[in-house]
Amino acid sequence: MRELLIVANKEFRDGLRNRWVLAITLAFALLAVGLAWFGAAASGELGFTRISTTIVSLASLAVFLIPLIALMLAYDSIVGEEEQGTLLLLMTYPLSRTGLLAGKFLGHGAILALSTVLGFGIAALVILVFAEQATPGNLFGPFSLFIVSAVLLGWVFLALAYLISVLTREKARAAGLALLVWFLFVLVYDLALLGLLVGTEGQVGAGLFRVLLMLNPTDVFRLVNLTGFEESAAASGLLSVMGDQGYPLSLLLGILVAWILVPLTAAAALFSARRT
Amino acid sequence: MNAIVELDNVERRFRGVHALRGLSLRLAPGEVLGLLGHNGAGKSTMMKLVLGVLAPSAGRVTVLGHDPRGNRARELRLQLGYLPENVSFYDSLTGREVLHYFTRLKRIVIAEANRLLEQVGLAHAADRRVRTYSKGMRQRLGLAQALLGQPRLLLLDEPTVGLDPMAVRDVYAMIDTLRTAGTSVILCSHVLPGVERHIDRVAILCQGRLLASGTIEALREQAGLPLQIHVRGQGLNGALHQRLDDRGVTIESDGRNDSIRLKAPVAEKIAVLRALLEERDLNDISVESPTLDALYAHFDARGRDGGQAHA
Repeated sequence: MRELLIVANKEFRDGLRNRWVLAITLAFALLAVGLAWFGAAASGELGFTRISTTIVSLASLAVFLIPLIALMLAYDSIVGEEEQGTLLLLMTYPLSRTGLLAGKFLGHGAILALSTVLGFGIAALVILVFAEQATPGNLFGPFSLFIVSAVLLGWVFLALAYLISVLTREKARAAGLALLVWFLFVLVYDLALLGLLVGTEGQVGAGLFRVLLMLNPTDVFRLVNLTGFEESAAASGLLSVMGDQGYPLSLLLGILVAWILVPLTAAAALFSARRT
Repeated sequence: MNAIVELDNVERRFRGVHALRGLSLRLAPGEVLGLLGHNGAGKSTMMKLVLGVLAPSAGRVTVLGHDPRGNRARELRLQLGYLPENVSFYDSLTGREVLHYFTRLKRIVIAEANRLLEQVGLAHAADRRVRTYSKGMRQRLGLAQALLGQPRLLLLDEPTVGLDPMAVRDVYAMIDTLRTAGTSVILCSHVLPGVERHIDRVAILCQGRLLASGTIEALREQAGLPLQIHVRGQGLNGALHQRLDDRGVTIESDGRNDSIRLKAPVAEKIAVLRALLEERDLNDISVESPTLDALYAHFDARGRDGGQAHA
């Protein structure tokens, strides 16, 4: 347990030193404030737009950005140490492979959580101060839910990044695989679902479609943030197929948590089973 | 005295390829073993077996009296120091931060890390990022890391690669100090000039097999390589040649009248020197025992022949 915290602490420090925390925080804050400010431009006016619109646009951009950042942050966490020779060295220390992986997740997870909370938190404050219609009451709920789900989404792709890092033996390959995974989850999956829907002329059962949609963590993240707002019908694309059927929030968040635990466990198992 | 490391008929296969076969070796306390071999001879595999990172496919590995992969492995690892080949650490952290990280993982007080930075001569650069370090400085940092917690067994994989002569001397001096303090060292290396004086025993690996092991003197005896004698003086011919021929000496004249080179059997060393000293107009004699380099080449060539015979 102590080793775990030592590794986490080192990764976190590394993240601060590499300006990862700063970069992610700034990116998120600018993105959120920008969207809030320019969100109304579509209707021909400048100034802060409605909170629901802001959340909806934020979610549809964050769904591209967060997985990419998480994958970039952690894709080389094991394979990189292997290439620079420190993995072999660490294995001669009293530190288990699972401990190393868990420590890294803790460290990277903290980096991602801190930047997400700070970035979007700052944005929320800016909106609160400058937007007339924003009150702590109507801002806090949707924004906290958005931040929580964004952190969970980041952790999902961190877990996937470790799986990639354990599966590959070269950093370049891991980077390629990380991009592929991002592409698959963020773009290809939805296109394939759309293709399925069009190809079968809507004959695919609503039940099956719901299941397929909930299999993809990025779609789950969208569901958490888009449904429940009237704007979502226009902005959420595929999700509008779902009509007005709501999902219990706990189920959606539970799916995200499962998407963290399963790849992480798989990565730990594969890593421990390695013979070299 | 109990052996620090004991390998008993150890074998290690990687997908059908024998990285090591039938390897038996002992390392006594305070002994420095030079592990020689070309790339792929099995040096690193042997080190990984001793470190418990790899399990042997067959045979038994015992380190400090325990199985390095057994349930005492954690305590065991606190007593081992290891310097991997080509380790490059974390570029964005400072040397001190890197060493503190490893110090914490090894459950040692931080003061020890700062003392070691001083000892390896990195104190002045300890708060600079590792990114800015030269190859030699990185190696020093690696060495400081290996020395954490005063290990009873130190494994150094090519510790002098890429170092300037001064730094090489420092590394050897450090090994000498450790040897005096009773630390056992396995020094894995290509053959390097000057390493002889710092190792007690040599083990030569080739294609996963142990070709020879013993003190350098024992290996010289085993190899039976001749002494090289260089003689300078006037009129070194006729009667001298006759006397030397009887001793089994080969004479190579280097085309000059005033100097000859001899190859003499080790057993005849004194007799040959006596014979030479009888010469009146002798100016100089220099005697050179077979170098580690020559020994290694000898055993390695034999090993390769053997390997081909099996193939």
